[in-house]
Parts: sequence; C-alpha cells; structure tokens
Amino acid sequence: MSTRTATRTWTLPSVGTILSLVIVGLLLVAAIAPSLLTDRSPTAIDLGATLQPPSWQHPFGTDDAGRDLLTRVIHGARQSIGLGLGATALAFLIATLLGFTAALVGGVVDTAITRVLEVAFAFPTLLLALLVIAVRGPSLATAVIAVGIGSAPGYARMVRGQVLAVRQAGYIEAASALGHPRFAVIRRHLFPNAMRPLVAVVCLGVGQSIVWASALSFLGLGVPPPSSEWGALLDAGRPHITTSWWLEILPGLVIVLVTLAVTALGRTLQNRLGGAAR
Amino acid sequence: MRRLLFKVVSSVVVVVAAASITFFAQLAVPGDRATALMNLQTGQEKLWTEQELAPLNQKYGFDDPLVVQYLDYVTGLFRGDLGTSYTQKRPVTEVIGGQLLPSLTLTVAALAVAWLLAVGMTLLTVKRGRILSSLGSAWEALTASLPHYWVGVVLLVVFAVQLRIFPIIGGTGALGTVLPVLTLAIPLAGFLGQVTRDEFTHVLEQPFVTTARTRGMSDLGVRLRHVLRHAVLPAVTLSGWALGALVSGAVIAENIFGRPGIGQVLVTAVNTRDLPTVCGIVLVVAVIYVVANLLVDLVYALIDPRLAAR
Repeated sequence: MSTRTATRTWTLPSVGTILSLVIVGLLLVAAIAPSLLTDRSPTAIDLGATLQPPSWQHPFGTDDAGRDLLTRVIHGARQSIGLGLGATALAFLIATLLGFTAALVGGVVDTAITRVLEVAFAFPTLLLALLVIAVRGPSLATAVIAVGIGSAPGYARMVRGQVLAVRQAGYIEAASALGHPRFAVIRRHLFPNAMRPLVAVVCLGVGQSIVWASALSFLGLGVPPPSSEWGALLDAGRPHITTSWWLEILPGLVIVLVTLAVTALGRTLQNRLGGAAR
Repeated sequence: MRRLLFKVVSSVVVVVAAASITFFAQLAVPGDRATALMNLQTGQEKLWTEQELAPLNQKYGFDDPLVVQYLDYVTGLFRGDLGTSYTQKRPVTEVIGGQLLPSLTLTVAALAVAWLLAVGMTLLTVKRGRILSSLGSAWEALTASLPHYWVGVVLLVVFAVQLRIFPIIGGTGALGTVLPVLTLAIPLAGFLGQVTRDEFTHVLEQPFVTTARTRGMSDLGVRLRHVLRHAVLPAVTLSGWALGALVSGAVIAENIFGRPGIGQVLVTAVNTRDLPTVCGIVLVVAVIYVVANLLVDLVYALIDPRLAAR
C-alpha cells in the first residue's frame, strides 16, 4: 500500500510537469520566434472569411476582419509574456526593497512599512491597478506598472517574513561572529537564502500577472485594441459574443492553460526547493 | 474585549491611511488639475486662461494650500462627502450610492454560494476513496486558477447564448443574478475548498475523531458535528481576504453581464479619468474590506471558543 501511494505521488506530478514544460516551451517559441509556429500574418485581412468558426483551415476560427485567430494568439504571446514578466519583476523589485528594509532596519521603520502594507491590502489588486490607470491613462507601460504595483504588497509581506526567518539561522550568526562585515553577510548569506524559496512564488506570480494584465485589457483599460495581446483579443471579440463564441473562449483557454502550466511548474519547483513561503 | 477595541482603532487608522493614498493619487495626475478638468468637461484640448479656470479652482478648492485640501478631504469623508465627480458634476456619493447595493448583493451571494460549494465538495469527497478524493482535489486546483473573465464568458456562452436558460443582459433580477454569482463563486469555491480539504484531512486523523467513532457516531455525524467545525477555521480567516478578490471579480462580472453596480461605474470613471469617482469607489471598497475583516474576527471567536476566552 505504502509503495503504491509512493509511486502515485511520484508519477502523477511528473506527467503534469512534462505537459507544463511542453506548454511553456511552445509559449517561449511563440514569444521569441512566432514565425516558427505559423507562416501566416496576424494582420492579414480576408473580408471573404470573416467570423468563421474553427475549422482545419482556421483551428481557432477568424475574427470580424477575417484574420486567423490562432495566428493572432501566437503573435500576441510576446506582449502577454512581456507584460507578465515585466509586472512580476516590478512587483518583486518593490517587494524586495520594502521587505528587506523592514526586516533589517526593524523598529519604527518595520512598523511603518508593515502598516503601509496592511493599508495596501485593503485595496483589492484590480482596484489598485485601476487607480494607477486612472492617474496615468491606459497604455502598455501603465498596464505593467499597474499590475506590478497591484501585486507588490503580498510579495513584500512574504519577503519580510522570509528575511526575518533566515536571520535567525545559525549560519548567519556564525558569519557575523566570524567578523564578516554586515553588508557582506547580507549579500552572501542572507539574500540568497531568503530569496531561494521565493523562486517558486515568482513563477506563480508570472501566471497571475498575465491574468491580471489580460483582465485590464478585457475591460478595455490595458493594451489598446490593434494589439494582439491576449486580453486585447478578448476585448475585441466581445461585441460578437452572441454569434462567435470562439473569439472569447479560445484565447481565454490559452491564458488558462498557460497559467495552469506556470503554476504547476512553480509548485514543482517549490517542492524541490523545499519552499517555506506559502 | 480589549482585543476588539484595539482592532476597531487600528481599522480606523487603516481607513484614514487609505484616504491619504487616494488623496495623493488625485494630485499625482500629470498636469494642472483645473486644465485637465476643463478639457474633460468641454471636450477640447487647449490652454485656458486664468479667468476661465478661476471658477473651477474655486469650486474644487484647487487653489487652497495642500494641508487645507487634505484636511477638507479627510474630514469630508467622516461627513460622508467623497468629493465631486469631474464628469457628472454631482457628489460622488450620489454617483455611487444607488450602485452599491447590487454590487454588495452580488459579492455576498457569491461568498455564500462559494462556501456551500466548498463545504459540499469537502464533505462528499475527502477520504471517500482514491478516485473521489483525487477528482475533488483536481477540480479544486483547476477552478481555483480560472480567471473570472473566462468563467463568466463560458457561462454566458453556454447558459445564456446556447441553452437560453438565463438572460444575456443580466439586470438585477433573481434570474439575471445567477450567472454573475456563479462567475465569482466557482473560482473562490476552488480556493476555499483547497484550504478546507487540507485541514479536513488533518482533523479526520485526530484522536477525538476516533473517540467519537468509538462512541458509535455515524460517519456523516462525525464529519458534520466534529470535523467540519475545525476544518473551516482557516478558510474563515481567508474569507475576509476573499472579499477583496470578490470585488475585483465583481468589476469583471458586472462588465460581462451588463449588470449595474460600482464595477460598471468604476470602469467608466477610469476610462474618462474621473479621479474623484475612482478614488471614492476604491475608498468605499477599502472601508467594506476593513469592516468585513472585523466581522471575520468576530465569527472566528464564535466558531473557536478558545479565542473568545482570551
């Protein structure tokens, strides 16, 4: 019985992991060299074939200008992934600065930052992002900043907790006792050990950022329409939802699959790295 | 009791701090506010003279010293004044007022339905054999990561467009509320279910469960009377947080189903860059979030008597 459950827990995730790797691999190819996956142009208009349902010719169907939807999804990957990576990078930059400052300086500064984070939690991610857009006006750069700021508070709290936990470790005390300068201890020991478990969180964060960014575009407040960013595709398809379901469901399905794949890989990494972060 | 008082005081602090953030967000708009406002109201893009801008500066108090503006804003909040909308030229409270109830109905109903789904799944599938258990946890993992807009669009296409069970444009009637509620509840139920399932599995192995069983209690009885009470605790804590996620989702659901509510007003306001309205909505949501978390603390004490005694 025990061996059976053991093999089960070993084989099941690995099937999922392989699938996830395939999806993420395809995604990277689409983002870097979309022409390897499709030889069509994402902007080729064919007024003789508008709003065609999915077929062998057009696996995802066509939009209201007769453009091939699958081609547009493939070409949209670069912007969507870029948005996800950019926003996550920004969020973690803010989070690392706040988290480390709070945990290392301590005292009043720690209290102040913790309080500010508590206030930020009172603003739901999407609302914080919409506030940023209202101030700056919608654009690609605004979308990155909005999602980055929107998701930073949660990560900042994790980083702070992580630094506080690692600081207690024997090897940090040993390094300090050996007379290493404070900054060197932080750089060589504290930083890598505090951040390692968060690698998995970064993975999950990229998936989340892609979803938030596409949600902004879906509301017509993210990347403006001529783009084939995935959320913008969803926004463009909305007027036709009662007649042409594929314009909404299929690009959405791609986003779901990518998020699931990235999340699954993040979980696997988390188990491998023995992540303490939730 | 003192713990509760402390909670209330720190909640007020959080609200004032949130108000400060929305106040400075309004200042952060690039360019002169009166000019931006004049452009917005006349639909023209040009430089206005001092005389033309004077009435606006007067009306909105843009000329006052910053400290005065700040104090006006914060004290105004306690009188229920959220400022004046740039586009509609009437108080923000009036703009939001009527829209608050449909949104609140939507989120509270979604929270309730999500809890029903999560608890139902937990009672039915945890430790009920390998197949049921894995099906349950797979379903939860899948639904928990679905974006709201996709759930909404799929429900709309399947149940409103294809099967025609529900109206496409929802409105606030009971029938029109079903799909928006499910849009919010399905992902949340997955999330709550994951948390409850872990705890439920853990609690089922506790000695007091064995004791209850040896007393001859039925399996369902044990699950309902003893295990569930413990297992929902972590998810109750998360319900306060979930409200934030629900509000984000509500903005999207209202948009998909054309349902009136603050989400609709918010999207329009962001589009027209009507900052007082945007800030007003964000602030109202922050207050609701803070109050909800206070309530969660109370509920927690009710479920877990160990906390109330403290």
